[in-house]
Amino acid sequence: MSTTGTRAQTRKTAQTDAAPVRRGHPGRTARIVRWIVLAIGALAFLFPFYYMVIGSLQTEPDPTPAGAFPNPANITLQNYVEINERISLLSGLVNSGIFTGGVILCTVVFGVLAGYALSVLHWRGRGVTFSLALLVQIVPFQLLMIPLYVLIARDYGLADTHLGMILPFAINSAAVLIFRQYFLQVPRALFDAARIDGANELRVLWSIALPLVRPALLTVVLLTFIGPWNEFLWPFLITKEPSMQPLAVSLANYITTVAASASNPFGAILAGAVVLAIPAVVLFILFQRHFQTSDIGSGVKG
Amino acid sequence: MVSVISKKDTEPARSDAQHARSARRRRRILGENPLGLLLSAPYLIFIGVIFAFPFVFAVWMSFHDYFFAAPGADVQRDFVGFDNFVTVATDPAVWRSFLNVGIFLIINVPLTVVLSLLLATALNRVVRARLFLRVSFYVPYVTASVAVVGVWLFMFSQNGLVNQILGPLAPDPSWLINPYLAMPTIAFFVTWKQLGFFILLYLAALQAVPQELYESAATDGAGAVRTFFSVTVPGVRSATLLVLLLATITGANLFTEPYLLTNGGGPNGASTSPVLLMYQKGLEQGNPDVASAIGVILVAFVLILALIERKLVGDEES
Repeated sequence: MSTTGTRAQTRKTAQTDAAPVRRGHPGRTARIVRWIVLAIGALAFLFPFYYMVIGSLQTEPDPTPAGAFPNPANITLQNYVEINERISLLSGLVNSGIFTGGVILCTVVFGVLAGYALSVLHWRGRGVTFSLALLVQIVPFQLLMIPLYVLIARDYGLADTHLGMILPFAINSAAVLIFRQYFLQVPRALFDAARIDGANELRVLWSIALPLVRPALLTVVLLTFIGPWNEFLWPFLITKEPSMQPLAVSLANYITTVAASASNPFGAILAGAVVLAIPAVVLFILFQRHFQTSDIGSGVKG
Repeated sequence: MVSVISKKDTEPARSDAQHARSARRRRRILGENPLGLLLSAPYLIFIGVIFAFPFVFAVWMSFHDYFFAAPGADVQRDFVGFDNFVTVATDPAVWRSFLNVGIFLIINVPLTVVLSLLLATALNRVVRARLFLRVSFYVPYVTASVAVVGVWLFMFSQNGLVNQILGPLAPDPSWLINPYLAMPTIAFFVTWKQLGFFILLYLAALQAVPQELYESAATDGAGAVRTFFSVTVPGVRSATLLVLLLATITGANLFTEPYLLTNGGGPNGASTSPVLLMYQKGLEQGNPDVASAIGVILVAFVLILALIERKLVGDEES
């Protein structure tokens, strides 16, 4: 009796011991490999940003490996002063802000309306509209660049205006799809209850649906922000007036034309780059919780 | 005939039955909630004005002798058939730009798929530092190209950090002014820049792979590598198709990087992209018709690639 018990005991310990050894060893290797892959990835993604900041603070550009570790004696803000003298950073930021703000405003207002109509209401053309929202995302904007330039800059005379910059980006289709996805998750009974209480559709949208999808608002704002803030080609085409150019455009013009004649060209370029990058990076670090993978998925797949 | 008479007869009465019938007819034409159409109207108008009309306009332009005229001037724009396409097809610069985009896609697309799936799989299993890693992966994606181009120019310049580290192995001429390396360098840059977005797409797809599949793979004694190829890769197939398509479209739309990194497609056109050529020919040299023809060819090229990719990956889920 006791022998069987011990034998059973031994077998059991042998099993439990064997199991982690058999599965655990490759598991540990896998874990080490995984961490090496992730660490290399993080380094490759972050190092250029670190290098950008360091480079923007150096009096003399130091491209040697030692330059990646700053010498306090070589640190200065002079590059920021220099870039600001060549291109007005403030007016660039203001133009980028108006451009981005306008796109976000239009996207949120009209995107909510379209997203609500696409998810809650039944109307003829709903399926077609949904397909259009998907299709539009794969139409290369660059094909439309020439006709849009003819229409907006020449026919409507909107060159060098904020409206002209905003128009082609006014409603982000990914945002429409994200709103639709969020509205679909709201139980229909809530809408029906409000309707029975005599609320009209707009009232249902404003007082019932909108508060429930508030998290989607921040996601949409973040996702939409990237487009116009970082956009180069379109504002570059339609703004020739330096005082109207968003920062991305004026910095690019500096890179292509002025930099060659500057005393510390890379220092000034990197200083401008830091100013252009900071708002986006800070926004995404602060609100990274709202930049969720599932939303990105529904934004492109519907 | 009959219906006309009956309509005429009942018209003055405006009975309740008729109200109901017209409501029913309206419902049949517009759907149960016609308000939906009204709410979507701004979006539909936007698509019409910004996408549909310019799309048709671009195709129309490519078949006509189109030039910039003073605003309001009434000029004749002749139909020229395929003339613009012939101009495009006989221009070696156009062929070079399409070859360049081919080189770009051959490097960028496979690299993007492999690296983003690899990093997403690794990230998916990690608990500690997950947040930090996730953010650090998508930081390049959310930053303006123009800003990161600045630091790449610095790193890959003649005496830049990369060449300093490589020492005698540094290529001569340097990366961005070397006809053989300019396009590959741009392809690496764009891969690095976009990878974060594709990692997020794969992360979303990985959440949807049933956990039981991993458990049964483990029970069957499959190692990490085997599990990756037998469970993860097939499990995210529809995401792979999406990543392929989006990476191809992004690649075909290449403009900012050759414009800034290689100073307008240099050296000697070795990194010109079709879109850069569209800008130069259409807006700088004033031939929007030729530029539109390049655009139409480019879209056809992307469409064919997309169909091939769809065939390759297989399309049973989406």
